[in-house]
Amino acid sequence: MRHFFRRKSSCQVAKDRLKILLISDRVNCSPEMMELIKADIAKVISKYMKIDADNIEIQINTKGTKSGRGAKPSLYANIPIVDVSSDMTVNR
Amino acid sequence: MENQFSQEPNSSEVIVVTSGKGGVGKTTTTANVGTGLAKLGKKVCLIDTDIGLRNLDVVMGLENRIVYNLVDVVEGNCRVKQALIRDKRHPGLYLMPSAQTRDKSAVSPGQMIKVIEHLKEQFDYIILDCPAGIEQGFQNAIAGANRALVVTTPEVSAIRDADRIIGLLEANGFKQMDLIINRLRMDMVKRGDMMSAQDVVDILAIPLIGVIPDDENVVVATNQGEPLVGGESPAGQAYANVVQRVLGREVPYLNFDRGISFWTRVTGIFHKA
Repeated sequence: MRHFFRRKSSCQVAKDRLKILLISDRVNCSPEMMELIKADIAKVISKYMKIDADNIEIQINTKGTKSGRGAKPSLYANIPIVDVSSDMTVNR
Repeated sequence: MENQFSQEPNSSEVIVVTSGKGGVGKTTTTANVGTGLAKLGKKVCLIDTDIGLRNLDVVMGLENRIVYNLVDVVEGNCRVKQALIRDKRHPGLYLMPSAQTRDKSAVSPGQMIKVIEHLKEQFDYIILDCPAGIEQGFQNAIAGANRALVVTTPEVSAIRDADRIIGLLEANGFKQMDLIINRLRMDMVKRGDMMSAQDVVDILAIPLIGVIPDDENVVVATNQGEPLVGGESPAGQAYANVVQRVLGREVPYLNFDRGISFWTRVTGIFHKA
C-alpha cells in the first residue's frame, strides 16, 4: 500500500544524491569553497541588480553528457532577481 | 587448453582487490576469486596486505598454519617461500598472511614491489587483499599491481568511496579496473529500494566484471573457512563467473530471480493490482 503514497523511490533518491555528491568529490570542491563562490557571485551580481542573496543556489553539474567519468563539469548558478531597476544597471 | 605453468616472466597478473569502504566484501572476493582461479589449475598467491587487521587467513581457513608473515619477509626474518602457506584443498593456491601485531608503516610500497616481483616468477596470479581506507595500506597494496577489482555494494556510502578509489587508481596509472557489485538484492531493486547493477555501473563508469547476490551462504562459508566459489549457492555461482571473466572469457550474467517461488509470483500479481 505504501507504494501509492511514496513520491520518489529510495533508489532514485540515492541516485540523485550520488550524482551531486560525486561531481563535487571529483572536482575536489569542498562545501566551504562552494559557499565562498556563492558569496562572491552574490557580491558581483548585486552591483548591477537587486538579487535575493539568501536564495542563490549553485551546483557543479555535468550537462547533457552521461554522469560518467571524463564528462566536463560546469558550474550552475540560480540567482533570484528581486528588481532590475534602471538606475542601478546604468550608474555603476 | 591454456598453459598452466607459463614460463614467461611477465605473463603473471597482479590484481589488487580494493573498495575504499570497509566491510563491502574485499576479503571474501579475494578468497573466492583466488580459490576459483586455483580450481581451474592456475598457480595463485593471495597476499593479505591489511597489516594489523588480518582477515584473509580466517576466511580461507588457514589461520592455524601461520608461522611467518609479510612483515617477516620484508624485514628479512625469513625467505619468501617460508611465509607462503599452501592450501591443501587446492593445489597451486598459496597465502601470504599479514602481520597481526604490527601497523601499516611496517611495509613500504617499494618493499611490496620487491616481494611481488619475486612471487611473479612462480605464480600466474597474485591477488592482493587491500585494507580499507586510502592511506599507506592502500598505497602498499596497489604499488605492485597492474590490475584492480573494485568492490562496492549498491549503497550511497560504498559507491562514493569506490568512486574516490577509482580516481586514485587512475591517478596511479591503472589501465584495467573492473567493478564487482556485491550484496545485490533483486527483491529490493524491484521495489525501487536499491540501485540496480546498471545504476551503479552508470555512476562509476568502469567495466562490470561481476554481480554477487546477497547470499547467506557467504556467512556460512566464512564460518567454515572454505570459500564457496563454484558451489551451488547463488553467490558461489556468481563468483565462478567472475573468475571466468577475470580470465577474459565472456559469461552471461545470472538471473537471480530464480529464487522467487511460484507462490511469490502469484501473490506478487495481486500486490500490483
